Amino acid sequence: MAANSTKKKPVGKMLVMGLISLGLYTLLLTKQDLVNSTFAKGGWYALLPIITAFVFSFIHGSFTGDFWTVLGIEAAKKKKEIK
Amino acid sequence: MHDIASSFINLDAITILYLFGVGFVGGLVSGFIGSGGAFVLTPGMMSLGVPGLMAVASNMCHKFPKALVGSMKRFKYGQVDVKLGVVLGVSAEAGVLYGAGIQEKIKAAYGDAGSNLYVSVAFVVILATVGGFVLYDAWKTYKSGNSSTEEKAGKLAKWIQSINIPGTMVYFKAINARVSVLFTIPLGFATGMMAATIAVGGFVGVPAMIYVLGAPSLMASATELVIAFVMGLGGSLKYAMHGMVDIRLAMIILGGSLFGIQLGAMGTTYVKPFMIKVVMGSIMVIVLFSRGLMVPVYMAKLGLIDKMGDTTVQLLRTTSFGIMIFALLLGAFIVLRAMWQGRQAERLQHAAGALEHGKV
Repeated sequence: MAANSTKKKPVGKMLVMGLISLGLYTLLLTKQDLVNSTFAKGGWYALLPIITAFVFSFIHGSFTGDFWTVLGIEAAKKKKEIK
Repeated sequence: MHDIASSFINLDAITILYLFGVGFVGGLVSGFIGSGGAFVLTPGMMSLGVPGLMAVASNMCHKFPKALVGSMKRFKYGQVDVKLGVVLGVSAEAGVLYGAGIQEKIKAAYGDAGSNLYVSVAFVVILATVGGFVLYDAWKTYKSGNSSTEEKAGKLAKWIQSINIPGTMVYFKAINARVSVLFTIPLGFATGMMAATIAVGGFVGVPAMIYVLGAPSLMASATELVIAFVMGLGGSLKYAMHGMVDIRLAMIILGGSLFGIQLGAMGTTYVKPFMIKVVMGSIMVIVLFSRGLMVPVYMAKLGLIDKMGDTTVQLLRTTSFGIMIFALLLGAFIVLRAMWQGRQAERLQHAAGALEHGKV
């Protein structure tokens, strides 16, 4: 699967982000009752699910991106030029 | 609205895996065509016992972070027109509010069956016309043998680009031309209305950018992710203010879909642009049959046709949902296959190049 042997793969970053992501998911699922009752209060509490979504997208998004890179799956080398 | 809190479902390992899996496939398809997955996710969550509105809200709350990650990835490939995405996204937001208002009125007047019938008929009519056209266009490109050449704006797009309405003209990178916002506003509005009605605004937004504005398929599908982000963020906030978002469901789906969207976005760099139309058109036409099957069920509920037996209704419902899952899986299969073939071709080219230069 390795497509690019010259570039160093972000194994360390992937592991760190993966662990943080795992931690976030563990927290979310172990504190379900608290999360449900607080996040669904409405009004200003609406910011909680929105902030959570941004945090997860940053952490987990970074992890998933590096995950595929580490596996050697990357975008085509010759980018298509689009005007 | 707080009583909705009592309807949070219990999550077991199978439910989590199911949501994660559907999220992954949905993400894969949306990374590629700009949208997708919602038409399976919303009914999928409802089948687990999640109330309809909460399913819509939770789906939306996974959509905007997913679209954010996808659009950032595709931005790196030079496929995103942020300005076009934001301009269309803001008018789409208005379309969502208007579409949701119509839904509420129909629901108040004709009940759940009336609302479902409206949604299904909208699905069938739009998917038949737009989906049929997208697929026909992709077929024409394939048959013409010019599938590798850069896409050109069609007659309608050229006409729109030629109209100059002073004070309203904006330059958009995706179309490399100035277009009046008086044309983009209704397109965004229609996209938003579709998002509020059939949950997949991209089925209107992407073809509109391609055929009405003249954007290349790759840019249109990537820019749709920006629209989805803007629309999804506004929609999620609105639903969250009423306490309708089940953040657990949203984040589990997001967990799978972020794996998928990265892959789908990378897939676009390996394929010929008309493949976007192939995937989008195929999904649209298959989903059309899925929703079409449900039309007689809702018509019978409203007394417009003879009553149907419970077994028939259940059979139609299961078949309809099965077809939707098939549509999504087929889309994912085409994306993965095209990506695989693209990678193989790239490797062969690389090997041939190395041989030529005497490196091997």
